[in-house]
Amino acid sequence: MTLDIHKIRQDFPVLDQQVNGAPLIYFDNAATTQKPKSVIDALSHYYASDNANIHRGIHALAERATTAFELTRTKLKDFLNAPSSDQVILTSGTTASINLVAQTFGRANFSKGDKILISNLEHHSNIVPWQMIAEEKGAVIEVIPVDEDGVLDVAAYRNLLDATVKLVAVNHVSNAIGTINPIAEMIELAHAHGAKVLIDGAQSVAHLEVDVQALDIDFFAFSAHKLFGPTGVGVLYGKRELLESMPPYQGGGEMIKEVSFEGTTYNELPYKFEAGTPNIADVIAFSAAIDYVNGFSKEVLFKQELALLAYATEQLKAIPGLRIIGNAPDKIAVISFVMDGLHPQDMGVLLDKFGIAIRTGHHCVQPLMKRFGLLGTCRASFAFYNTFEEIDLFVKALRRTINMLQ
Amino acid sequence: MAQSIQETQEELIDEFGLFDDWADKYEYLIDLGKKLPSLSEAFKTEENVIKGCQSRVWLHAERRGDLIVFEADSEAVIVKGMISMLIRVLSNHTAQEIMQADLYFIDQIGMSQHLAQTRSNGLVSMVKQMKNYALAFSAK
Repeated sequence: MTLDIHKIRQDFPVLDQQVNGAPLIYFDNAATTQKPKSVIDALSHYYASDNANIHRGIHALAERATTAFELTRTKLKDFLNAPSSDQVILTSGTTASINLVAQTFGRANFSKGDKILISNLEHHSNIVPWQMIAEEKGAVIEVIPVDEDGVLDVAAYRNLLDATVKLVAVNHVSNAIGTINPIAEMIELAHAHGAKVLIDGAQSVAHLEVDVQALDIDFFAFSAHKLFGPTGVGVLYGKRELLESMPPYQGGGEMIKEVSFEGTTYNELPYKFEAGTPNIADVIAFSAAIDYVNGFSKEVLFKQELALLAYATEQLKAIPGLRIIGNAPDKIAVISFVMDGLHPQDMGVLLDKFGIAIRTGHHCVQPLMKRFGLLGTCRASFAFYNTFEEIDLFVKALRRTINMLQ
Repeated sequence: MAQSIQETQEELIDEFGLFDDWADKYEYLIDLGKKLPSLSEAFKTEENVIKGCQSRVWLHAERRGDLIVFEADSEAVIVKGMISMLIRVLSNHTAQEIMQADLYFIDQIGMSQHLAQTRSNGLVSMVKQMKNYALAFSAK
């Protein structure tokens, strides 16, 4: 199967526009992916025809909205190969999913001296929630180091594992430098020591197959907006026995079974963790995004992205003074780079003038930047709708940018 | 009599009026940034730093008679170019003049984008901080 990129691009209305007088080149897909028209239409269709609050209403609109909302959950179950859809909790994003685990599983299971292992690659969202609960519980955070190429040091990880480790929280893929972590091996090792594992899948779900059962993942968190879906929707998958043993997170409507002033009994999974009216419209529109990616083979899409990565890497390496940060053999299509003597922000500002959207700065991974002795990088991240021509234009604009700044 | 804040702004608008395309404008801005003397390390203190999300700005203010003199620096050269213009416009004026200054030139030369990026570069905070210094000095 070959991809008709020209046709695919027509599915993404945002790509067809001029920015600062040049055709938009969107290379900031690791920050958020663009949305196919089917997602945009689903969002508008919901508000135009089905809008109602879900789960309690008995009228026709409430029923349609509830059915559509729960359909997304079922599709997510299949997408992750979860054993059952009530193990799929809908949140507002990866950050909310991780905080949920920290505040419930963490609160119930961490005690003084327990260890939480995270890695040097983590996004602040997979650091700070653990610091907050660790401080409260007297638990200790230890960090799995990365080498010069941005690869996790698995030997060091083995040494850090012992019976005091309660949780390993690592990303599947690094947002800043694209490293794909060997999560299957890491999960096996953690389980051998009795530790549970949370995988931050924010950067992986759009590119790699994830089978939570085959990988034996305890918790898996990701966001819809990095999977061509709307912002404001996140997913937390968890193993049943873990989710059932965890206390509820936020209190309110939906998460209760019965409320009296003497006490409250809580609802079952997944509603126990879904207090309040959820983001109904975006959850429903997310369904269209899942359908969209399911319409392709993930392998074919990923192959296309890797071809873009290889092409761009080769061209960037030819620029004198340019250094690529993160050279893991297993990478998604993300290139972080710095240019001797130039500030990433200046490069980002000028590239924007050429209509090119990249990300500059610390990418919410200050500890990783520190590891490489940097304050920030420029990051170009590709999706399957990007083209080789765009990379040519990007490299040309980058050379001009460097010229202007030097 | 030194040039007024308004006169300097008009002068900058004229200078930028010479350029037809954005690249020339930015080359000029980058040049201004490169020519602005670096702030002495002694003034690059925690007290003088304005932290943007992507780059830092350092601002030092001094009183010379009735006038306030600003010196500033940044890691990013485009931000430094903006700083250079802000200093040219606001430095060596009285507290009253600085507090009342309406910095319309930024919009007129098409650089308002750099003040809209509130979190990334610290320029908005820098302008606020310049006015705060003026207010503090005038109260003394």
